[in-house]
This record gives sequence, C-alpha cells and structure tokens, in this order.
Amino acid sequence: MTQTLLSIGLMTASALGVATFPRSVLIFLLFQGSLVFVYRARIPELLRWSLLVVALLVLMPVIGYFNGYYLEVATQVGIFVVLALGLNIVVGLAGLLDLGYVAFFAVGAYSWAIFGSPHANIIFGGGFPLAGGWFYPFLLIGLCTAALTGILLGLPVLRLHGDYLAIVTLGFGEVIRVLANNLDKPINLTNGPKGITPISRPPTPLGLPYGEYFYFLVLLLVVVVVIVNRRLEDSHIGRAWEAIREDELAARAMGVPLVRMKLMAFACGASFAGVMGVLFSAKQIFINPESFTFLESIGVLAMVILGGMGSIPGAILGATVVTVLNLQVLKGFSLWLNELKNAGVTVLGYSLADLPTQFEPAKYERMVFGVILVLMMIFRPQGIFPARRRQRELTTPGG
Amino acid sequence: MPLFEARGVTKRFGGLTALHGVDFALERGIASIIGPNGAGKTTLFNVFTGLYVPDEGSVTFRGQALLGLRPDQITTLGVCRTFQNIRLFANMTAVENVLVGMNSRITLGLWDVLSHNPRFRRSESDLAARALGLLDRVGLQANANVVARNLPYGDRRRLELARALASEPALLLLDEPTAGMTQGEAGSLMRLLRGLVADLDLTIILIEHNMRVVMEVSDRVTVLDHGEKIAEGSPREVQASPRVIEAYLGRRGAAPRGARGA
Repeated sequence: MTQTLLSIGLMTASALGVATFPRSVLIFLLFQGSLVFVYRARIPELLRWSLLVVALLVLMPVIGYFNGYYLEVATQVGIFVVLALGLNIVVGLAGLLDLGYVAFFAVGAYSWAIFGSPHANIIFGGGFPLAGGWFYPFLLIGLCTAALTGILLGLPVLRLHGDYLAIVTLGFGEVIRVLANNLDKPINLTNGPKGITPISRPPTPLGLPYGEYFYFLVLLLVVVVVIVNRRLEDSHIGRAWEAIREDELAARAMGVPLVRMKLMAFACGASFAGVMGVLFSAKQIFINPESFTFLESIGVLAMVILGGMGSIPGAILGATVVTVLNLQVLKGFSLWLNELKNAGVTVLGYSLADLPTQFEPAKYERMVFGVILVLMMIFRPQGIFPARRRQRELTTPGG
Repeated sequence: MPLFEARGVTKRFGGLTALHGVDFALERGIASIIGPNGAGKTTLFNVFTGLYVPDEGSVTFRGQALLGLRPDQITTLGVCRTFQNIRLFANMTAVENVLVGMNSRITLGLWDVLSHNPRFRRSESDLAARALGLLDRVGLQANANVVARNLPYGDRRRLELARALASEPALLLLDEPTAGMTQGEAGSLMRLLRGLVADLDLTIILIEHNMRVVMEVSDRVTVLDHGEKIAEGSPREVQASPRVIEAYLGRRGAAPRGARGA
C-alpha cells in the first residue's frame, strides 16, 4: 500500500517538479528515477503498467513542451535502448562478442541518407531526394540491408570464439566506417568525411512537431523491439542461442544447427540497429562517419554489460543510464560549475574562476564512464538487472 | 541389416592413432564399450556423433551413412549422447536444458515465433509438458526450475540423460553415466535405463568403468585397448578372454573386477 502511494506520489511530484523548474537536471533525473521505482515497486501489475504508460505517453511529451531538450534526451535514450537490445541478442543471448555493432547502425543510416537526400542524384542522375513518405518503407529496407550485412559478417566468423571473434568484429566495424569515410571516390556513394545532408524527414501526422514525432516513433519501435526480443527469447530459437553461449559443442550434439542459429543471431541483432539507423539519419538530417566510431560500439556494449547481459530490462536500463549520464549529468555538472565560475564563487579561499578548463566534467565523460564500469565489475558483475530464469509451472498431464 | 554399424574406423591425431580399424555393430538392446583409460572409447563416440571425422572407415545408422553429416543432423536422425565430463547448459534451468534437447524435433520458423500463432503456442505447451514428463522419468521434476549449475552431481548426470532423451533418439550413447556415483545410485540408474530400453524401444551404447554395472546390464561387451578392438561378445565371454585380462591387469592375474575409477 505504501509503495502504491509512493509510486503515484513520486511520479506526480517529479513530473510537476519538471514543469515548475524545467531547467533543473536534478528534478528530471528524479522523474526518470521514479519510472525505475515504479517498475520495481511491489504494486499491482495493472497499476504499474498504467503508470508507466501514462508517464511515457503523456507526461514525457508534456515535459518536452516545457523543455525540448528533455524530449531529445528521451529520444536518444530510446535509440540506444533499441541498439542495446539488438546487441543483447548477439552478446547476451548467443554469447558472440561483437565489438563492431555500430556498423549495422551505419548501414541503416546510410541506406536512407543516400536515397533520402539530393546526394543520390550524383549517383543516379536525378529524381532524388525521395519524398518523405518513402521513409517508412525504408525502415524495412534498412532492416533488411542491415540483416544481410549481419549475415555477411557472420559467415567468415562462424568458427571463431571469444577474443578472436571480438577482434574480427572490431575490424569489421572499422571497415564499414572507413568505407563510409572513403567511398566518395571513384563513385561518390557516401560523400566521405563531409557526410550527407539534408536528409528528408517524413511528413508528420496531425502536424506534430518533429521532436514529439520522433519521440513517439522511437517509443513505438522500442515497444516492437521489446516484444520481438521477448518472443525470440522465450522460444526454441532463444534457447538455442543460450545453449550455444553455454556450451557450443554440447549444443551441436543436442541438435542445434550451429551455423543457422549463429547467422540468425547476427541478422536479428543487426536488423534492430538497421531500423534505428534509418530513423537516426532522418532525425539528424545530417550524418557523417564520425557518428559511427568504435567508441559508439563500445558504448552500446557497455550499456548491455552495465544493465546485465541477456536481460531485456537490463539493456533498457543500461542504455538509459549511459545516455543520461553522457547527455545530462556530466554536461549539467559542467554547466553548473561554469555558472559558479562566472559568478566568481570561491571555495575555501580558492576562486573557481582560476580552475583550468581541463577540469570541466564534460571532458571526463569517458573516464567517469570507465570508473563506473570498473566499479560495476567489482561489486555487481552480473549487471544492474541480471537476467532472470523463467520459472515454469510444474504440472504434467498425469504427472 | 544392423541398426548401427561402424566399419574399419581409424582416427589419427598427428602421430597418435587413437582408433585403428574398429568394427562395431549393434542390433538392439544395451551394448557396452570398455577398456583402460586412453583406449579410444570417447573418441569412438565422437566419431559416431559427428564431432570427429574419421580418417578411414564408415558409420551407418539404419542404413544411412553418418560420415559427413553435422552433429545436429545426426541427432535429428535419432542418435544422441551424453558426455563423460557432464556438459550441461550451466546457466539454464533443468527444464530449459531438456527443451534445448527437443530443438531438432521443432519445425517452427521465425515467423511462428514472432507472430505467436496458435501453432507456436500449442507447440510450446506440448514441449514444456513433455520436458517435465522426462524430468519426472529421471526423478528430477522437483528441480525443474533449478539452474543446472546448482544441481547436485548425480542430478546433473540424470539431467544430461533427460536432455539426450528429449531428442527422441533411437540410439543413445552414454559416456560413463555412473562415474562418481555410489553402487546404489549406479544400480538405480541402470534400472532406469532398462526401463527406457523396454518402454521407448531404445538401443543404448554404454561406455562404462563400473564392471558390476557392465556385467549386469549389457547384452554385448566390446573391449578396446590402444585404439583396437581386442574382444567382443557376451559379458561372460569377454570376462574370460585372456587378452582382456592382460589389457586390464598385465600378463598374470584375475578377471577384471570392480571400478577402475573415471
């Protein structure tokens, strides 16, 4: 009962708080925290899910009305949630360490960027960019292209395990990025490091602003991806992946077709990234190879590990924590420190204005991140929300 | 035509000949393969199940050549096995381990899984019921939701048996199923196997060190030493064979007796 009241109260209070102080990062964090609390609280399932649906469908867009940046953060979180869930299939379920995952994201992004911008005129003569409505079929095209790329990567690495697999996938990720960087000659496919712009956006229904539109689209895709992920996990396909992760030799001997299952894992994981790539390119209007570096792959992997390998809630939380940390906490801290500096505040006789710019917390993004990962591995190696085994009813007919 | 037949199987690892022209045939019932450590028993199993490709020889099951088939294809044909050093899927529950064993019998595709159509739901509930039935058969039903890693040793051995049975094999290869068990546990496992042979029309090849078990349960015994078959026949015949006695005990001594340990 107390948890019910606390859930409703916390969520309402923090939402009101954000509306009252739309600039306060802390209160927005409180709002996000209340979502996690509701997810974990001991309250009736119906109440839990209604609260979460209201928060994501109603409160979040309203908050976005007060501060558009928060909606942008939420959209970014959604994008990374889908990436983390895709990688979770490959790494968490099938146990195939993939260090070049962002390559599939790039493949999806470039597939819409090329055809959804005037850039394609250079290759095909004229008639481009495609109308914004083509964006929707391209979500599917991006999915298929990325899945095919996934199979293409999967084929040569079928026999590799562990470290060797990691090295090859790392190389693969770099190959895709370097290709994007250099395929401006002889035929200008990707426009090289200059990137492609402007990329068409789909027409929004009901005259929705783009911020809200992309937020809802990402939310929809997250829901679809979570459902797909859960269904795969709770099927013979998911069990085969886990068996491969646990003991490849035994899995083969028990009748798991290794090649097909590994390729399927790569293709499924890649397809999620492909869809999100298409959306990402439309949202950003501009993409270049800088968005698809090795560090991005590592970032997504860190989300999966932080949340708990093989766990869907884990991947979602991991993606949220990392993205919010990068986009809000550290940036917010830097901003706050700057304000103090400009106001000429002194701490223990030391004027903050003398603080060198090298000490800006935003510059320590990756370090803070690294420290968190190290601490996690020491104190909670299984991740924040580790995967839980499904418990089955113990009844047999005539048992 | 025998159910299962291997002819002239030779397997070399570099300079070491692990198997040298081994012939093996089995019609039905329970056959045991015995021999001192390093005799090539497990290598023979690995050849039978497609994990190793032999350098020479042929293996047929129900008249079909097994060589060149992948392990999962061989399992689909109806040959399944357990491992000497227990290879369960450690972080999956007992029932999930058994469910993986059923994979080769599932014909559903990706679309069935994603759409959760009635075909898929019916299949999943049937599988779960069958898996729990198998666990019940080996006496593990109460531990169905326990992660395999956390099961006691004897239960893990029995879970491996249930997992192998899940693929509905006609021929089951058991690699030292009673290793590490007390005489009592081994006895009850053998009673279980006898029951399975009768109920499921199952044929079993057993690698075993526990001689009491071997002599009690086997219809035929094959003895390997240094990769060669040195004797074959009924338990009584093998026990009396001078070459077997020599392989186990050296030139002078009594018949093989008791477990040699795993």
